[in-house]
Amino acid sequence: MKKLSKASVNGFINYGIVIAAFLVLQLMIARGMISNTLKSLLVPVCCYIVMAISLNLTVGILGELSLGHAGFMSLGAFSGIVTAMALPDAAPGLRLVAAILVGSVAGALGGVLVGVPVLRLQGDYLAIVTLAFGEIIRNIIVVLYIGLDEKGLHVTTNSAGPTLGEGGVMVIKGPMGAVGVPKLASFTAGFLLVLVTLFVVQNLVASRAGRAIMALRDNRIAAESVGIHVTKYKLMAFVISAALAGAAGALFGLNYSSTVSSKFGFNTSILILVFVVLGGLGSIRGSILSAALLYILPEMLRGFEFITKARMLIYAIILIAVMLTINNPALKTLLEERDLSPAGLLGRLKGKTKEKGGAGR
Amino acid sequence: MTTANGKNAAPVMKAENLGITFGGLHAVSGFDMELYEGDLVGLIGPNGAGKTTVFNLLTGVYQPTEGNFYLNGKSMLGKRPHQMVEAGIARTFQNIRLFQDLTVLDNVKVAFNQSMTYSALEGILRLPRYWKEEEEIDRKARDILSVFHMENEVAQKAKNLPYGRQRKLEIARAIATGAKILLLDEPAAGMNPTETAELMETITLIRTRFGMSILLIEHDMSLVMSICERIVVIDYGQIIAAGTPYEIANDPRVIGAYLGQDSE
Ligand SMILES: Nc1ncnc2c1ncn2[C@@H]1O[C@H](COP(=O)(O)OP(=O)(O)OP(=O)(O)O)[C@@H](O)[C@H]1O
Ligand SMILES: [Mg+2]
Repeated sequence: MKKLSKASVNGFINYGIVIAAFLVLQLMIARGMISNTLKSLLVPVCCYIVMAISLNLTVGILGELSLGHAGFMSLGAFSGIVTAMALPDAAPGLRLVAAILVGSVAGALGGVLVGVPVLRLQGDYLAIVTLAFGEIIRNIIVVLYIGLDEKGLHVTTNSAGPTLGEGGVMVIKGPMGAVGVPKLASFTAGFLLVLVTLFVVQNLVASRAGRAIMALRDNRIAAESVGIHVTKYKLMAFVISAALAGAAGALFGLNYSSTVSSKFGFNTSILILVFVVLGGLGSIRGSILSAALLYILPEMLRGFEFITKARMLIYAIILIAVMLTINNPALKTLLEERDLSPAGLLGRLKGKTKEKGGAGR
Repeated sequence: MTTANGKNAAPVMKAENLGITFGGLHAVSGFDMELYEGDLVGLIGPNGAGKTTVFNLLTGVYQPTEGNFYLNGKSMLGKRPHQMVEAGIARTFQNIRLFQDLTVLDNVKVAFNQSMTYSALEGILRLPRYWKEEEEIDRKARDILSVFHMENEVAQKAKNLPYGRQRKLEIARAIATGAKILLLDEPAAGMNPTETAELMETITLIRTRFGMSILLIEHDMSLVMSICERIVVIDYGQIIAAGTPYEIANDPRVIGAYLGQDSE
């Protein structure tokens, strides 16, 4: 291509921001300029950035509402943990990569399971089904007991746990979640995963599939009328989104010595949705920045006694204030002109329902 | 029947006794028509006559409850809209349906999707086929847009175009599908006389330039009478007359249908 399109310039800027942030943070770590609290947040921040970008693919780019993104993260986390623990003798890097790959496959399978029946339907069914899915996954993992021995994997829902052979270890202990997890995750791995996510999502959007997905979002009937296969492209976007969430989950799971499934409940799904909406539907950069800032901010505020107590309240007030500001018409036009429009979720959804309700073709 | 240029040939599109009922309402029934290569046929009728419903039947949006229709001799029963595009029929909408947040250029590029072959993975990894095909459709899309004198608006968002240009973009997008049969649903609706005149020229131009057969719904009688060789008139879902503009203009049933509507 002779000339770089605006979209690809934007894409390069996103890589630039992520790489620059990584280098600056690495430098600060090397010089001991970073508190331990902040350091401990680096891996989860990367995970949440991946979660936000991938959810944006479903909500902002495909235009379908998902309320259970954390469910895919959960699938990735626990399958990733099992994978890493099943390969005790492999090199740590290899274990991590294998875990992330398995995690993304698990996420993708979850995406297919939810997407195949639901995405054929017209209307906002995805929201309600993903919500249920997230809760179902959480409740299933709570009753699972998974152990590993030389014979392989043992799964049971019996609270006595599976009987393991000699040298066997329990990986997931029902309500206690995954225990004794090797902490394989690292900031560098998180950084690389963010880059891979950017690469996948940005290149997808700039391809014929991405155009088809956005066309579906803007006008399903018109998209069909120019030959777009609705279910195929909806499913593609949704499954890729779920796979990336699975990958993020695997990294997240391997960052702590134990993980419980309630970490990936409805609240987490909504938190990620808030990141996406505040960052701007369809804006990848917005997702990166809002996930990073909004994840770190409340964690930092934990330090102050008063703030600890009122943390969620302050957080909510900030969210409402931001929502009101970004819905200010004057500001909106300004942002729109600059192509940064963080169109409010509600406005967007209202518009969408109207469109779907309209019988006229 | 003969084609527009007087040669005998098989019709590119043929509807036989086509009809659809919505809960007792016969929106369209007994619809027979043939469209030949290079034809420019007008489909007219009072409000609610069933014109748009005919388009929805021919593009797979609705499945007929009676009759059948054929493209190049093949029955199209049971085909979904995206399959109808593949079979060679594309359309525009009475109330414009563009991809609002996509650029003018991307609106047209979307319509090339079926003619492209690189997979999603090749697209993500940007393998050679991605570059080759993207470059090719970039050129083709710009070519089509230049026919509509829109080459300077390629980077604008569709929603920011003035109304008349949005209508044109919809036609450009339909052409980009590669379909040889084009169904235009009131393309001049809401246009001023200058825009309408310009549009008439464009429609005749694209017919020859892209070798298309066109079926045109239009309320503007002067437009239909001046550019169509044949006109089909429907009322209450049924064909009440078909023939040359002259025959139609003097048909008492047609006059009746329109007068009847006026006195309502
Ligand atoms: N999906 C549907 N369900 C029920 N009735 C329908 C449906 N689609 C169309 N109709 C009815 O079929 C009839 C024909 O409608 P249609 O839109 O085809 O008319 P039209 O000739 O295009 O009118 P106009 O000139 O106003 O565009 C109308 O009575 C309409 O209400
Ligand atoms: Mg109509």
